[in-house]
Amino acid sequence: MNFGGPFFRFWAVLRKEFIQMRRDRLTFAMMIGVPILQLVIFGYAINANPKTLPTAVVAGESTTFTRTILAAMENTGYFDITGAVSAAEADAMVARGDVLFVVTIPTGFSRQLLRGERPLLLVEADATDPAATSNALSALNLVVQTALARDLSGPLANLNAGPPPFELRIHRRYNEEGITQYNIVPGLIGVVLTMTMVIMTSLAMTRERERGTMENLLAMPVRPSEVMFGKIIPYVFVGYVQVLIIILIARYLFAVPMIGSLWLLSGVLVVFIAANLAMGFTFSTVAENQLQAIQMSIFFFLPSILLSGFMFPFRGMPQWAQWIGEVLPLTHFLRIVRGIMLKGNEARDIWPEVWPLLAFLVVVMSVAMLRYRRTLD
Amino acid sequence: MNRAFAIEVHGLNKSFDGKPAVRDVSIAVESGTICGFLGPNGSGKTTTIRMLCGLVTPDSGHGTCLGYDIQRESDQIKRRVGYMTQAFGLYTDLSIRQNLDFVARLYQVRRRDEVVDRVLERLGLAGRQHQLAGSLSGGWKQRLALAACLLPEPNLLLLDEPTAGVDPKARREFWDQIHLLAAEGLTVLVSTHYMDEAERCHSIAYIAYGRLLARGDADAIIRASDLATWHVVATHPTRLALELEARSGVDMAVAFGNTLHVSGRDPARLEAAIAPYRDDPSLAWTAATPGLEDAFIALMDGVPDSRR
Repeated sequence: MNFGGPFFRFWAVLRKEFIQMRRDRLTFAMMIGVPILQLVIFGYAINANPKTLPTAVVAGESTTFTRTILAAMENTGYFDITGAVSAAEADAMVARGDVLFVVTIPTGFSRQLLRGERPLLLVEADATDPAATSNALSALNLVVQTALARDLSGPLANLNAGPPPFELRIHRRYNEEGITQYNIVPGLIGVVLTMTMVIMTSLAMTRERERGTMENLLAMPVRPSEVMFGKIIPYVFVGYVQVLIIILIARYLFAVPMIGSLWLLSGVLVVFIAANLAMGFTFSTVAENQLQAIQMSIFFFLPSILLSGFMFPFRGMPQWAQWIGEVLPLTHFLRIVRGIMLKGNEARDIWPEVWPLLAFLVVVMSVAMLRYRRTLD
Repeated sequence: MNRAFAIEVHGLNKSFDGKPAVRDVSIAVESGTICGFLGPNGSGKTTTIRMLCGLVTPDSGHGTCLGYDIQRESDQIKRRVGYMTQAFGLYTDLSIRQNLDFVARLYQVRRRDEVVDRVLERLGLAGRQHQLAGSLSGGWKQRLALAACLLPEPNLLLLDEPTAGVDPKARREFWDQIHLLAAEGLTVLVSTHYMDEAERCHSIAYIAYGRLLARGDADAIIRASDLATWHVVATHPTRLALELEARSGVDMAVAFGNTLHVSGRDPARLEAAIAPYRDDPSLAWTAATPGLEDAFIALMDGVPDSRR
């Protein structure tokens, strides 16, 4: 019988694969656990229609009408008004990313309104991430139409009859035309670095172990920190080459502006690259083989992409997802790189995002050092 | 500290996940001598060697390597010991010279290029120095590994089965090199499965099932095994071996071609056991001295595998 031969041999290989799969517990656990975890996290966390976005008000006056308008804005669910500030403060808050909108009510707004002069209500939006603000901005049109309907009754009803009683002027800051590339391309610097840096270093120690060079290395007088820095620093250079390529393409292919300082960006990049490399190095001290190292990298990479504000608006996520996001280096780097390139942020503007990166770096490096075993016990 | 001993350890114990790998092993190796470390696979040789150079921490036991405490001063030991791992431990994607240069830098060898040149010359690697280590055959890889061990000019070499899978000529050359090094004052602890290599050592330590069973030179170990051996030439040695082994007084009968090595621990009982066959004209009996291999097998049979 020649018919059974191929089948039995195929069956032998298949059986062997399953036995090996079962032996590698971590890989098996990840194959089962990753989809479950991803469904739970991303199923609940991702929301492309973010609401309660922080909004500052620069109020030239406070009257029944202005209060009604602000209340109507809040009632749309999209705006979370944090209170009245001065124009300068509001500027700084948008620059830092503390608020996404600034509503400016000019002095004499109510008087002009009553005269039927259709005063201007200025809404400035941080358009570095057009997706985060577009739904809120469209909701504003409804506010203009209907907010004052009840206030303008009785003798004032005539103001309600014609065009809307006040005019809305929307100003998309940093990205006048709402170009998506302005948001994506700088963000890609962070995404590309996260992907390549973590994977490359996660292979660093596992490769030594798998090729059998680890024992030799351990037998020689070299300290863990020396091995770690020696293995990490070459990839810092690789990272810079990648950044250079992306920035050139961003500039000449997509015409993404570079408003802030390139030097400041380069400085922060060291911290961000180092944080990712340290993460990869830590994975490589835990993983038993290169396959596991790559799986761990992917496990780190997916939330980085999805929960950092790269793919979906950060403010749209529930609080717990934002907390996870705040731990990830990419989240902070995205704010920094968009801040520098699009908003012209300076060192003091980005500091609130730099220190979390530093903290991440220190913690992860310490873990890597502790995990690096100097013996084969 | 005793200057005369390069290695002096007592009562080393190590277990992994509750399974003892090394039990109560004590070894002393005189400076400038070659000590052969023998024992079956999985007997604890590699673990013992790793404990000596600080790669594995013993659960209990104490001792010194080159006068440094093996538990507390492993940094000092690493600097002065050349350890050749069982599997090739250098980088296959670096050339011979790049590998040696890397090692020399880690040990902060002074006048690196000169030292690397000298080692390349000494081991006959100079002509191939730009070849990738991964493209070398077993014998050359072993030379490169030895070269890497010798670079920092160690006082002690720990070689873990350095000649496994290497052809006889390369093995011979390797051992000539080891003897030269010992003559220069280097101490060598080398694990091996080859009896001819064991016989070239100044002393032998035999370990099985994690326990040290015998220590001394080859003659002492043969004497300690208390074996009596007869050689017999037979036309059907395998059949005869089975018959003889069934008789009490014969501990083992092993065929070497047409010659059978018949051994027993009690000479009188052995002679009684083979007496009926002595008169068989087709068999030629001669009294012989047992070899090292006979002694080792006898030693191993005497100890049950208590680790299971």
